[in-house]
Amino acid sequence: MDKREELKDIIPEKNYNGNFVTRARYPHVFEEGLSKSVVEEISEIKKEPEWMKRFRLRALEIFNSKPIPKWGPPLDLDFNKIRYYVLPDEVKARRWEDLPQEIRETYERLGLPEMEKKYLSGSVAVLDSEGVYANIKKQLQEKGVIYLDTDSALQKYPDLFKEYFMNIVPVGDNKFSALNGAVWSGGSFIYVPENVHVDLPLMTYFRMNLQSEGQFEHTIIIAEKNSSVSYIEGCTAPIYNTSSLHSAVVEVYVKENAKVRFTTVQNWSHDIYNLNTERARVEKNGKMEWVGGSLGSKVTMLYPSSYLVGEGASASHLTIALASENTWKDNGAKVLHLAPNTSSKVISKSISMKGGVSVYRGLIRIPKGAYNAKSHVQCDALILDENSKNFTYPHNEVYEETSTLTHEASAGKIGEEQLFYIMSRGLTEDQARSMIVLGFLDDVLKEIPLEFSLELNRLIKLQLERYGGTG
Amino acid sequence: MSDVLEIVDLHAEIEGKEILKGINLRLEKGELHALMGPNGSGKSTLAHVIMGDKRYKITKGAIFFNGLDITNLNTDERSKLGLFLTFQNPIELSGVKLFTFLRTAYSVHFPNDNKTFQEFITFVQSKAKLLNMDTSLLSRNVNEGFSGGEKKKSEILQMALLKPKFAIVDEIDSGLDVDALEAVAKSLKETIYTEPKMGSLLITHYMRILKYLSPDKVHVLMNGKIVMSGDYGLALKIEEKGYEWIKEKN
Ligand SMILES: Nc1ncnc2c1ncn2[C@@H]1O[C@H](COP(=O)(O)OP(=O)(O)O)[C@@H](O)[C@H]1O
Ligand SMILES: [Mg+2]
Repeated sequence: MDKREELKDIIPEKNYNGNFVTRARYPHVFEEGLSKSVVEEISEIKKEPEWMKRFRLRALEIFNSKPIPKWGPPLDLDFNKIRYYVLPDEVKARRWEDLPQEIRETYERLGLPEMEKKYLSGSVAVLDSEGVYANIKKQLQEKGVIYLDTDSALQKYPDLFKEYFMNIVPVGDNKFSALNGAVWSGGSFIYVPENVHVDLPLMTYFRMNLQSEGQFEHTIIIAEKNSSVSYIEGCTAPIYNTSSLHSAVVEVYVKENAKVRFTTVQNWSHDIYNLNTERARVEKNGKMEWVGGSLGSKVTMLYPSSYLVGEGASASHLTIALASENTWKDNGAKVLHLAPNTSSKVISKSISMKGGVSVYRGLIRIPKGAYNAKSHVQCDALILDENSKNFTYPHNEVYEETSTLTHEASAGKIGEEQLFYIMSRGLTEDQARSMIVLGFLDDVLKEIPLEFSLELNRLIKLQLERYGGTG
Repeated sequence: MSDVLEIVDLHAEIEGKEILKGINLRLEKGELHALMGPNGSGKSTLAHVIMGDKRYKITKGAIFFNGLDITNLNTDERSKLGLFLTFQNPIELSGVKLFTFLRTAYSVHFPNDNKTFQEFITFVQSKAKLLNMDTSLLSRNVNEGFSGGEKKKSEILQMALLKPKFAIVDEIDSGLDVDALEAVAKSLKETIYTEPKMGSLLITHYMRILKYLSPDKVHVLMNGKIVMSGDYGLALKIEEKGYEWIKEKN
């Protein structure tokens, strides 16, 4: 029997409904706007080493020199209407009890402490610009596993940090990676030593609490030889009616024979621009898995990439994107097969409803010499009404004769007879639609960690069961 | 109150074409009526219209359930009142496990029933076994890759779980070989006759299934109208002579 069906009854629901405001203290909330002095002040508040301050300033120059990308969704985003640093409280707790009450209650409401106890090896909480909480199980710490907010990692492990920071994602990669280089703050830093397996996932919860806020987290994951780790990020924010910006950089280093799974459950409110750069470098026989549930935000641009640099390296990219009213989801995947016998699998499922736009943009590159590389791409779209749209732009560059690439794509609507059949069993039209949509997503939902597949299941149901309602 | 399903002068069309041309039918609690008629005469259309399929437009007449006019009620509301339709061509639901489908349907019909997951499994499996159904179907997607017989059994299983007051059973006998037919007919009988006995409208244009279930009444639908009603004897006569003689009479 399907395990998910059973767990549905057991697992508490609440983890990603984040529409409420935390009344934190806020010792530092910057005015809106970006300048050299804003960047310097961030670095000074954080008491960073000189090299980092210089790095940030150089990044700002690169950011200013690059135009806004025009090939994607409309970005009518005013960079001067964003606060680039928001400090909720000067706290770095290792126990939930040590957090100020308001902040602790926020995470209790989101269910993080309970999750940590039951399913996680550790968790980090990033509120606005800073990590406020970080904890990892003692046994893992003793084995040398590091799990901290990224700022603390810079302070405590400067050499390790310097080696991997903006390495696979160079600062000038794109306009938003440069922005992140200039004003980055918070994020997760994970280091797993050789031969260590982190059995339960690590989870970082990102939360943006104020309006017109920018969150520029920078996450770095390093999995040494023969190690494994699964990382989950959850994202929520209360609803405002001014635009906010979340622009992250994620860098994942998968060494020989190591395995990393990176799961995102993104449920930002519908006023957030979510523009991220995520990339993994995968060495010999390493495995990288990207799992993304993209439910919220106003505009999302996210194309996790896997650079398969070692022989036998593999990547899997599973994405679910839901574009509802006034939202544009630009999702995709990029895989570079840079060694022989590398393999990749991309499954993307998009749902467009209530006038939402979903886009799949993908790139698979197999250059000459990547003997026997294999790639399979499947992108399916479900369009729920006349006003909604889906576009698919797969891009395949194959130059190696011994490689194989297969590509499947489908775009469909919900059949009236399917709705009628389900409704004849007593489900309302909205419930029936939701059932069909979840069925459409099943290929992906069944492959991701149980608790998160259930959580996604619930969030999607919630959105769809309001389908016939307002809006 | 005793349950009654009543159809009065029902006219319905699809894509501008009138299919039902004035149907009158009254089905009482626990009665079993057979509805026969040649292909294309409008039997499935009637079944769908009774269940509220919005693709058909009712141009005249009404449907009553226990005196309540349900002509404009949504399909799910009709289901919750106790109407059920087994589909002539059950629909495939990709990615939806039959078990999930059953559990969801059951929970909307019996919101106060608090069977645990395990209890529900046992409950469903026992029903499925009673119908001689392979329980491995429960973990497959609804109707996807099911054989004809499996689809029909799955329809009956759904009916057995939801325990409707009236079931419209649309050509449960089509596309089955003799053995499968016998198995399906037995399960159907079991389900209909389990107390409290369901009222049912059994749509067929073959005689063979009626041998297993003894209908109280037999109606003949031709060209959108019920042109003749009678008892079991009428079905026997149709088996012997076909529909031609009825056409000639009208
Ligand atoms: N979706 C449709 N569009 C147009 N005509 C239809 C549609 N569905 C059924 N019909 C027509 O309605 C008539 C009755 O069909 P149906 O109710 O399926 O008959 P039966 O079940 O008695 O074989 C047929 O002539 C059929 O072609
Ligand atoms: Mg028919």
